[in-house]
Amino acid sequence: MEQEARRKYKKKSKLKSVWIRFRRNKRALVGMVVLLMLILIAVFANFIVDYDVAISQVMKDRLQTPSAAHWFGTDHLGRDMFARIIYGTRTSLFVGILTIAVAVTFGTIIGAIAGYYGGAVDNILMRFVDVLMAIPSMLLAISVVAALGTGLVNIVIAMSVSQIPRFARIVRASIMSIKGQEFIEAAKAYGASDLRIISKYIIPNALGPIIVQATLTMGTMILTVSSLSFVGLGIQPPSPEWGTMLAEGKDQMRYFPHLVTIPGLAIIVAVLSLNMVGDGLRDALDPRLKN
Amino acid sequence: MPFSSRMNKGINMSEQILEIKDLHVVYNTDEGTVYAINGMDLSVEKGQVLGLVGETGAGKTTMALSVLRLLPDRIGEIKSGSIRLEDTDIIRAPEAEMKKIRGNKISMIFQDPMTSLNPIMTVGEQIAEVLEIHNRDMTKQQIEERVDEMLTLVGISPERKTDYPHQFSGGMKQRVVIAIALACTPDLLIADEPTTALDVTIQDQVLQMMRGLKEKFNTAMILITHDLGVVANNCDSVAIMYAGEVIEYGTVEDIFEGEERHPYTAGLFGSIPDLTKKERRLHPIDGLMPDPSNLPEGCAFHERCPKCMDICRTTKPEAMQFGTHMIRCHCCAPGIDGRETA
Repeated sequence: MEQEARRKYKKKSKLKSVWIRFRRNKRALVGMVVLLMLILIAVFANFIVDYDVAISQVMKDRLQTPSAAHWFGTDHLGRDMFARIIYGTRTSLFVGILTIAVAVTFGTIIGAIAGYYGGAVDNILMRFVDVLMAIPSMLLAISVVAALGTGLVNIVIAMSVSQIPRFARIVRASIMSIKGQEFIEAAKAYGASDLRIISKYIIPNALGPIIVQATLTMGTMILTVSSLSFVGLGIQPPSPEWGTMLAEGKDQMRYFPHLVTIPGLAIIVAVLSLNMVGDGLRDALDPRLKN
Repeated sequence: MPFSSRMNKGINMSEQILEIKDLHVVYNTDEGTVYAINGMDLSVEKGQVLGLVGETGAGKTTMALSVLRLLPDRIGEIKSGSIRLEDTDIIRAPEAEMKKIRGNKISMIFQDPMTSLNPIMTVGEQIAEVLEIHNRDMTKQQIEERVDEMLTLVGISPERKTDYPHQFSGGMKQRVVIAIALACTPDLLIADEPTTALDVTIQDQVLQMMRGLKEKFNTAMILITHDLGVVANNCDSVAIMYAGEVIEYGTVEDIFEGEERHPYTAGLFGSIPDLTKKERRLHPIDGLMPDPSNLPEGCAFHERCPKCMDICRTTKPEAMQFGTHMIRCHCCAPGIDGRETA
């Protein structure tokens, strides 16, 4: 029996063992399911509802409460809230993922160079990062958008620039702590090259915190893009975006609370699911917590 | 085992695998220069086990790192002397060649098995890695077989190769480290206090296993340790280090039973409690190792030496040779006490 169990265990791939550990965490699993649903909604938005429905203004149907015809009701211009929420998912996730991708890439490069080489290189790069870090990220994003103008690409640039310092710091710190460990010296002692040490020892050991930070920050990014849209610097109307919808609905909030609660809930669901997945990943990615 | 059996220009009968001559190593730190190794001579023959004994700070680990040329960047510096591994000049070899030597010709076992394994790679992958680095022509299948073989050799079931280091006990981790070190059948194995982090029963198991593997692969070994008991059981010859110098060198019999002894070695033996006598206190050597950034003139040991003479304070003692036994002390010099050289 035991032999058989062992043999089965042997076949297990790394990804699978991460998944097995992830699966044990019910909260993370719920987050994962919700996140997957959001991703599916974002990808297949066209098949759920036509984009025209989300932007066409039907004045006779304005400010309706949720009903069979309009599941989430309509806004002050008679646009279907359900369709707008669906297409808002696409915008939010797209901006979130793109921002994180850009921030992680540049942050990792800067942090890795600074952490691995140290000395003057580290000093120059980190002081530059410090300058960026000294500016509140929202303010920085607003300034970049103000300078470059609104638009999806500019928003992504604005938000990723403000997140680069965070990732650079995390990567640098993990690389520096890993670099000094004995197993790195042991790897050198059995002839491993620098490239091998960086790619197989340092980065995989630092990957956990990066992935966790990326998922958690993605939640923040969705919030930030909504905030930017709320103050009118993000996604411009009539494009459906949760923050824009909040801004437009706030005038009718007193009599038609669904106009703000539904986009608000959408933001909460997205951010919460990302946080739960991030937490679960942190535990699952660390083989030391396996048992 | 592939080994070019070239005679070493007729210097000696047995083949020398490692020869260190007049090695000086310093650490340039912010607080000043630390003289870690000061004119060290050492040679290891093929298949021989050399015990390297000394207090903390005597330069044992520095010696090991110098042989692998892994002294810390910018700080550690080999000032002068030579290190030869067979026909290779370690000090002048290009880095690419050193990479081929490390792990393949010289392997090192580190002191603490808890931290010398990569926590996120399975032990099987870590053994496979050193094989991949040094034997590029091996197929995946061959590597896997070799990994299984190595694990079996060190007494771990090959089924456990998919486990991570944290799932092993300390003794088993050290076995894995030994498996990695021996995977490429190195000519020389440097074991830096391989059993210090283990408890006594496991120590003995690991040492026994290392002895067995050494016989099997005919690997020469430098065993760095504080433990004279370990030396007596495992080594063919012994070098006693003090303040970066070998102060006494000889076969195990020379050191443990020889007539002549360096006062420091005598002190080391004196500090071992004798179980047959009733004693309330241990007998340590008085004083501390001299500060390596500010070594005293003359013999480095004179401040602690019970037999200190005037000459010790001014002149560094020369190496006195008594057959296979070398002692670096003025008190063994011919002429003093009317003594004759053996």
